[in-house]
Amino acid sequence: MDSKLERSMNKELKSAKEVVSFNKRKFRFSDWFAEKVIKTVAFLSIAVVILIFIFVFREAFPIFKMDKNEAVSTELLVQESYGGAETANEPVKTTDTQVDNSNKVQTTGEKPSSTLFSKTWMPVSDNPRYGIWPLFLGTLKVTIISLLFAAPISILAAIYTAMFAKPRIREVIKPVIELLAGFPSVVIGFFALMVMATVFQSIFGYASRLNAFVGGIAMGLAAIPIIYTLTEDALTAVPRTYTEASLGLGASRRQTAFYVVLPAAVPGIFAAVVLGIGRIFGETMIALMATGNAAMISINPFDSVRTLSATIGAEMAEVVFGDTHYSVLFLIGSLLFIFTFALNALAEFYFRNLVIRRYQSKK
Amino acid sequence: MNRNLKDKMVESLTGISVLLIIFIIVSILAVTIAGGWPNLNWTFLSEFPKDGMTKGGIFPAIVGTAVMTLIMAVAAVPFGVITAIYLAEYASEKSVIAKSIRFAVKTLAVVPSIIFGLFGLGFFIGFIGKNIDGIFNGGELKWGQPNILWASLTMALLTLPVVIVSVEEAIRTIPADMREASLALGATKWQTIRKVVIPGSVSGILTGTILAISRGAGEVAPILFTGAAYFLSDLPHSLSDQFMSLGYHIYIMSTQSSNVDATLPIQFATTLVLLLLTFSLNGIAVTLRYRIRKRAK
Repeated sequence: MDSKLERSMNKELKSAKEVVSFNKRKFRFSDWFAEKVIKTVAFLSIAVVILIFIFVFREAFPIFKMDKNEAVSTELLVQESYGGAETANEPVKTTDTQVDNSNKVQTTGEKPSSTLFSKTWMPVSDNPRYGIWPLFLGTLKVTIISLLFAAPISILAAIYTAMFAKPRIREVIKPVIELLAGFPSVVIGFFALMVMATVFQSIFGYASRLNAFVGGIAMGLAAIPIIYTLTEDALTAVPRTYTEASLGLGASRRQTAFYVVLPAAVPGIFAAVVLGIGRIFGETMIALMATGNAAMISINPFDSVRTLSATIGAEMAEVVFGDTHYSVLFLIGSLLFIFTFALNALAEFYFRNLVIRRYQSKK
Repeated sequence: MNRNLKDKMVESLTGISVLLIIFIIVSILAVTIAGGWPNLNWTFLSEFPKDGMTKGGIFPAIVGTAVMTLIMAVAAVPFGVITAIYLAEYASEKSVIAKSIRFAVKTLAVVPSIIFGLFGLGFFIGFIGKNIDGIFNGGELKWGQPNILWASLTMALLTLPVVIVSVEEAIRTIPADMREASLALGATKWQTIRKVVIPGSVSGILTGTILAISRGAGEVAPILFTGAAYFLSDLPHSLSDQFMSLGYHIYIMSTQSSNVDATLPIQFATTLVLLLLTFSLNGIAVTLRYRIRKRAK
């Protein structure tokens, strides 16, 4: 009996081993092929990011090669043939002497690339000037206003949701606030244009109806769900033991929230704010609709501004394929891309490592 | 100050922040509904714009948005699903490749939408389209200009991360037992993925698709110069035609039109249609996702 059982077990074991080795040895084409295809397709996301880099920069590049006269000749050439961006590169060599003659430190608008850092943005005029300073400072102003509005509100709301709210209320608040992320930015822009602009004007009584303040608040609305959700995540990720220890020592819930949980979640909250800045910085439709779109340098929050992204959105449709203005707009796009890319990398690597290190070291 | 009083004040301050956000959400909804509802009727949805866009409906914009998001979904969903399968099933968490893909997906998710528009213009129109024209059409301009195909593909890149994240989340909720059971029965990895993982994540794929469509329907910046048109007297008939879109229609009507006040009812009604569309799509997606998360617990 025993030996019979043993024999049958041995037999089964043997066949099981055979199956395993069989599987190992046999080359299955469909499996191999599927894995290769899946892997290749997965690389597409990396390829797309690299392609965005290449193509946005490629179109911006001619700006560093052209001088004013060439830009005009390119423009004519393009209008004739509608030949594409490649033509912008070609005529560079033809007027070498001119390039040599032009003084390199001059800022009078001879070379389009040298007007880049001037203080006027007047791309459509006889003597076009592509000074991106007013655009950059305008974007900065709107971003600051926006952040001053969105960051405190979202962080406080996240603290309420994560620390003070009863579970049942929390289940309602979270999805409702996240609804805001579902509003298309053009809808928020429309609301800002139609309602907020009028209401704010009647409260503050400023001159221009659309300005940095209205635009900033409206763009803050787009950033609130990002900052709120990520801050809430960061707060709930703080180990439960911290809260319990603090409450056990007799601290109130407010003291626990602000002196224990909040400091522990600071890297996560920073990451949330950084990603919020990225969202505000690149927001186009709200900026187009609510900031007034006047490129001027001023410190007054109630003056109109023109942001970098709004400039691209407003002017790209009207430029000639491949001319200087076109390249400058792509240059602005490159700046936006580098900036948001850097912010994302900062949030992803620096702050996330900080979070991980913090909890691991204190465990 | 009295500690209890301070506690109460700080707690109510945080509560007020929550209420303020909710107030803003409600007022956007209320204003849009109050302004748009009276003008929302069947003729508005089924007619072309009339009299220089001051009267009539938004039928071509609805069709344009629908067709554009459909092409976008056809392009984005397969790629998103396959990338998610790779990340969840094949890649090991610590491999450099998986980390780079994840970082690339996150980058795509945070790149400003206007950059996608620039990319669509530089890559799809200026590079691919121009070369297609040069090679196949003898230089005649057909694909080297804005059209619905390039707009949809641009939008597909923008919504790719949405699909990937949803599908991967769904795949991760499939119990390891099921995979192991399949492998133990002698199925290969690819068979397991095909017969167990993909059927198990159908709801996740659906969620991702709906969220992507909702996002794509609302975004305007990427299609500003890759295919959206101000006014067309006809619907798009081929992939090389331009199209009208709801979001672009709102933007144009409220900022570029010569008589903004006269078209206010149209603007509000269009906004309401767009809002209803994105909200109902999001609502379906959230319900589906809730079911997936429940299964995970």
